[in-house]
Amino acid sequence: MRAAVIVFPGINREVDVANAIEMTSGRRPAMVWHGDSELPDVDLIVIGGGFSYGDYLRCGAMAAHSPIMSEIKRRAAKGVPVLGICNGFQIIAEAGLVPGTLMRNDHLKFVCADVHLKVETSQSLFTNRYQAGQVIKVPVAHGEGNYFVEPNMLKRLEDRGQIAFRYCTAAGELDGSGNPNGSQDNIAGVFNEAKTVLGLMPHPENAIEAQFGGSDGKALFEGLVDALS
Amino acid sequence: MSSPPVHLPNEPQITPELVAEHGLAPDEYQRILQILGRTPNMVELGIFSAMWSEHCSYKSSRVWLKKLPTSAPWVIQGPGENAGVIDIGDGQAAIFKMESHNHPSFIEPYQGAATGVGGILRDVFTMGARPIANLNALRFGDPAHPKTRHLIAGVVAGIGGYGNCMGIPTVGGETNFHRAYNENILVNAMTVGVARTDRIFYSTAAGVGNPVVYVGSKTGRDGIHGAAMASAEFGDDTESKRPTVQVGDPFVEKLLLEACLELMATDAIIAIQDMGAAGLTSSSFEMAGKGGLGVEIVLDRVPMREPGMNPYELMLSESQERMLMVLKPDRQDEARRIFEKWELDFAVIGQLTDSGRMVLRWQDDVVADIPIPPLATEAPLYERPWQATALPPVLEATAIAPPKNWRATVLQLMAAPDIASKQWIWRQYDHLIMGNTMIRPGGDAALVRVAGTKKGLAMTSDCTPRYCAAHPETGGRQAVAEAWRNITATGATPLAVTDNMNFGNPQKPEIMGQFAGAIVGMAEACKALDFPVVSGNVSLYNETEGRGILPTPVIGGVGLIRDLDRAVRISAAQSGLSVIVVGETSGWLGQSIYLREIERREDGAPPPVDLAAERRNGDFVRAQILAGAVKACHDISDGGLLVALAEVAMAGDIGLRLKLPGGLQVAPHAFLFGEDQARYVCLVEDEALFLDAAQSATVPALRLGRTGGDMLAIEDVVSVSVSSLRRAHEAWLPAYMAGEKAA
Repeated sequence: MRAAVIVFPGINREVDVANAIEMTSGRRPAMVWHGDSELPDVDLIVIGGGFSYGDYLRCGAMAAHSPIMSEIKRRAAKGVPVLGICNGFQIIAEAGLVPGTLMRNDHLKFVCADVHLKVETSQSLFTNRYQAGQVIKVPVAHGEGNYFVEPNMLKRLEDRGQIAFRYCTAAGELDGSGNPNGSQDNIAGVFNEAKTVLGLMPHPENAIEAQFGGSDGKALFEGLVDALS
Repeated sequence: MSSPPVHLPNEPQITPELVAEHGLAPDEYQRILQILGRTPNMVELGIFSAMWSEHCSYKSSRVWLKKLPTSAPWVIQGPGENAGVIDIGDGQAAIFKMESHNHPSFIEPYQGAATGVGGILRDVFTMGARPIANLNALRFGDPAHPKTRHLIAGVVAGIGGYGNCMGIPTVGGETNFHRAYNENILVNAMTVGVARTDRIFYSTAAGVGNPVVYVGSKTGRDGIHGAAMASAEFGDDTESKRPTVQVGDPFVEKLLLEACLELMATDAIIAIQDMGAAGLTSSSFEMAGKGGLGVEIVLDRVPMREPGMNPYELMLSESQERMLMVLKPDRQDEARRIFEKWELDFAVIGQLTDSGRMVLRWQDDVVADIPIPPLATEAPLYERPWQATALPPVLEATAIAPPKNWRATVLQLMAAPDIASKQWIWRQYDHLIMGNTMIRPGGDAALVRVAGTKKGLAMTSDCTPRYCAAHPETGGRQAVAEAWRNITATGATPLAVTDNMNFGNPQKPEIMGQFAGAIVGMAEACKALDFPVVSGNVSLYNETEGRGILPTPVIGGVGLIRDLDRAVRISAAQSGLSVIVVGETSGWLGQSIYLREIERREDGAPPPVDLAAERRNGDFVRAQILAGAVKACHDISDGGLLVALAEVAMAGDIGLRLKLPGGLQVAPHAFLFGEDQARYVCLVEDEALFLDAAQSATVPALRLGRTGGDMLAIEDVVSVSVSSLRRAHEAWLPAYMAGEKAA
């Protein structure tokens, strides 16, 4: 699997996700500076976490309008898979690659903690190594992860199976007590219609090794390697 | 030099009042006249004021700081540089320092704390290290004080706001509350970085004619005279000092970090120094001074944020995210390209000279001309009168009542502000970014992997201010010992410390006595434990309206473990492990949390620190951990054995079935709440083997029982469920911050 990790100024989890990809695929992804006009020919485009351009305007808003995003949108339209994590999710949501928007956490504070996620479907490039309904533990670290989408769109997302992950309790209950930021319907990650683009707030790339935050995130990358190699 | 520097238009007359406003004593002003051989102009007066402030010159503390041990075979760079450097093997170095931002954080908590983090990060990456972890040691006032809640919220958000954006995990620290900090909180930030030993950058300028280059943010009017503010007591006009607090931009600092590290991968840099306190003034003086050179700066070339700035403001601004470098002349273009790629300012503002003088030019005039060496050699140095704090009488445990209701007492202690979980704080810090955090906040020391290796750095910050107030020498010794112990409890070998000395007004003999005592105690402990001081910071005048804070010499410790697979945490979720307390328990209740929280007394002598026992017990525990004989290990500190046991139970989510050892010489409450030093709780599989080994090492070790069930139960004493302990422990701070009553 050949992957490219896009680096905007202020992105700071690009190394984490590059390490996760290298550990699972055996191949270091290309690190692509936002100002480079050429995006290499790759099987997967990743935008990682951080504070692109300081996130002083609205999270992801500046990066979403940067030149390289036009190229990423073109590739995505051709079916090249795109993974946006945390700030990357905010950026691809701003760019319209996935539906919805990420608002300030309902408690108005940054939150860094392990959360439990319910895998909503195994029918995607990203989740094929998980079972539908499986509960996994991965960390979140964000101030603006409160997912919102208007009701009609929410229904469409549900009908088409575009919801990838929901926050839940350790036992898998969706009662809201496992929701770290007030996201609508406990949504933690969503696909585009074709399920070739995934945006999620939690950090599977920080759950790769048992001694360093657990290893429940590894299967996401392994699944991609399976699907794209 | 031919003619004296010009005066600026509208420059005020230098009067005794103006000199005093600049924080300079009359005899200090006399020295300035001698050095210059004439009256200074405003720019020069401002420069002397900043350089001779307590913050920059250490004029009251220098004579004492010299007493600290600073060398060991693994020390690459001790105090005197931007940060301390130690060898961690394989051609790698750990670079670290702690620094205070107390006064700004009290005036404007968010920006004060944020720029404190920004400043300490720059100190570390200036030396060529990529920062891998942040810690912070916080002291707030009485929770019942009307400002406390607001200060906590602002400081925590500021630390998180800066560190999270920079992408450096904040992995540890400590938080205490005491009314002595009501009007003068302490915000001490520590950064640990890793560099290659052959790629460490220093601040000594070299090469006459070499360009002096300014990089980073533009200079604005923020923070002018921050160093002087940090060296004064607060009075009624504190709130009006808000304009002297700097404003941070972590996004720019992130760019600056990446740009500097990119440039450091080349060999273009001769010297580099961050612009911290006293900005351009201290950075240029320090670089030229260390190199024995002069420097000429054309101030018109300094990137400015707004029009109309004058030389006085440019030299004294403490705008953040700026660096000064001396480059090899033929590498300027290469360096410029890197900074332009990161969209940062890059300006050649001057050059090194052989004059030994700092000459500043502005609009074709010379606006300052100061000989550099006297600024350091003639800097005021005070041997302030001091009065030692007498050791208070020892409180006998028999004079202190046992709990009326054991269960209620335990729950009350778990919810006491100094002991309650600080999760509300560290959940706001990204402590996982970089993917190397093995032991997260809430344990003893944090443990962070050195990327790409099996090595880990253990790091901690420690001080028990109530012990320091009762007897500074014991308190200083204890702070070092506790940091050493916390690192040891993970299996790591403690290597070196950075210190952050927070004290009151040094012109008061009793305060200077506290400082002197703490240093003496620290020096003894650092020597006995092979734990030298490699960097540090002094913050004096921490008083409001004449009342000093508790003396707070914070110790930031760093240790190394070569194989992280051997490290242990404070607990293990495994039934049937033996629970063993290592170290002697005499039942010392003087200055204990039990005495303060339950008996409402802050009284007596603090627990003595037997450094030989500390060393013996710690070396034994570490060897047992590395041999694989210990499943979990927790240091015993605030609240004594019972609080440590409760923390073990909560962390492992497992009960403990215990029984007091037979033939105890002390009452149960003294045994369980006493704060004797040099002790650990160890969970072990093979109890007989461990106890035998302890005996051969002449280390006291007592078996208390086993892990199992879901209760913390001590036969005939107390039984409380782990879940109710957790509720009490975790509920206090969130409830308090949500606006509930203080206690």
